[in-house]
Amino acid sequence: MNEADLRVTIGGLVFKNPVLTASGTFGYAKEFEPYVNLHHLGGVVVKGISLEPRRGNPPPRIVETAGGMLNAIGLENVGLDRFIAEKMGYLREIGTRVIVNILGDSLEEYQTLAQRLSEVEGISAIEVNISCPNVKKGGVAFGTDPAMAEAVTRAVCAHTTLPVIVKLSPNVTDITAVAKAVEAGGAQAVSLINTLLGMAIDVRSRRPKLANIVGGLSGPAIKPIALRMVWQVAQAVKIQVIGIGGITTTEDALEFLLAGATAIEVGTANFVNPRASQEIVEGLERYVTENKLSGISEVIGGIILP
Amino acid sequence: MNQCEEEAEIARQEQLTPEIFRLTLKAPQIASRALPGQFVMVRTSPCYDPLLRRPLSIHQTIGGEQIQLLYKVVGKGTRMLAALDPGQKLNLTGPLGHGFDFSGQRAICLVGGGMGIAPLYFLAREILRANNPPKCIVLLGGRTATELGPLPQDFKDIGVTETHLATDDGSLGHHGFVAELLPLHLDSDPNWTVCTCGPHPMMKAVVNQCRKHGWQCQVSLETMMACGISACLGCAIPRAELSGPYLHVCKDGPVFKAEEVAWL
Repeated sequence: MNEADLRVTIGGLVFKNPVLTASGTFGYAKEFEPYVNLHHLGGVVVKGISLEPRRGNPPPRIVETAGGMLNAIGLENVGLDRFIAEKMGYLREIGTRVIVNILGDSLEEYQTLAQRLSEVEGISAIEVNISCPNVKKGGVAFGTDPAMAEAVTRAVCAHTTLPVIVKLSPNVTDITAVAKAVEAGGAQAVSLINTLLGMAIDVRSRRPKLANIVGGLSGPAIKPIALRMVWQVAQAVKIQVIGIGGITTTEDALEFLLAGATAIEVGTANFVNPRASQEIVEGLERYVTENKLSGISEVIGGIILP
Repeated sequence: MNQCEEEAEIARQEQLTPEIFRLTLKAPQIASRALPGQFVMVRTSPCYDPLLRRPLSIHQTIGGEQIQLLYKVVGKGTRMLAALDPGQKLNLTGPLGHGFDFSGQRAICLVGGGMGIAPLYFLAREILRANNPPKCIVLLGGRTATELGPLPQDFKDIGVTETHLATDDGSLGHHGFVAELLPLHLDSDPNWTVCTCGPHPMMKAVVNQCRKHGWQCQVSLETMMACGISACLGCAIPRAELSGPYLHVCKDGPVFKAEEVAWL
């Protein structure tokens, strides 16, 4: 049997397959070593990194909901210096592409992060988090205002030679407007969607179930919304689109590819089935072989409209 | 890293009380590696509802082949667990986290409340199996005699010579909280190590007694948890000093020294 060709190209980089892991759901990859052959994946997007370490939000930080979960982790991370010193050594050896997700409270922070990471060996691309709803300062404004989103993109692109992927927030009226702004700012790709803002209340205590009151909804529950947004954005921009949102199975991944995504990120499913990402790679191989396709690229944007 | 994913076949499902069940699973990979105080993440549904795995501490391992889980039916996930029959499969990840440390101790007291008794049985058995085992006494608490069911006898059956009980309604043993038993049965020797697991207020009371008497104390904590492998960072708890990075129950625990964590 010939090996199925799953290769895709994003921002000029060839990925061995279109299956990536979503930031914040895969740690720094080492956590999944007992479960996944990391080199089988198209790439890993590591936990969002800020310039300084972040403590994150007080607990409770997560709550389960129907077909999904709410989280308000608050971007807890080890900070740029420790990330480079303690995590990159391992990541360089995993045999797949490493994309570093960055977040900041100001344009300067984003610039510094982009610049410093460009000097680090073993990083393939930068994913810019402008959409996390948990941080009260910059995060929300950057992601929800097209002009600000463009400014951040421009700032990051000016300070790195690496391909720049901008991760979009779904908590906006028109996600295509933000996508177009980010494209104008020079991004090589957009990834979407980040979590949808939600909440849950304990009816006995009458208190919010999250200490942060609100949190980001993820998991299978959000997939139809994510798919719709990916489809809309794929038509609105010329740069590549990476689909994220509730992807749990091979079929889910194929839906996003058909809607126009060049790659996908597996998120919350990693918590439920730590082998989910690898199983999707294997499922896509079978799909390409069984359907006698020349490669997975035949599927991308292949939706047949009525 | 010792953890793995295992498709475990159910060997036995026993209903011990109206709400409490004991599940015996054939899980040789996990059983051969597990230590007292470690836990597994149980995928209760192959579908998306409930979505997340449930953390359950290991009640005991049997012959390096089987593990037992003791659980109380409290919601959809545990209801689905209780409906499983022998021969069916259950997906587990584990063994996870750090367990109890009983090496080099001379006198150990285990204090369990409700479902917190589950990991202490595994611990008691391993303590008694050690060469030159330390003195070991067990204090168990529950709401009622019915809730404790056969659990006190289980400890006696494995050779625990001193077991004391407390119930909220006085239907068995001391009428009151299990923490109140500590000063009645432990002498003032500071060499006691107390290992406890149970509802938060109970453990807090145990920790206070230990502080007062100078006993060392290890606590097994429970929080909301999505992954169990320190990827989601959902299981954060504050440190005793209330500053610095949060501890994570799945990776830094679930067993902590009492003085490491904040007792709010």
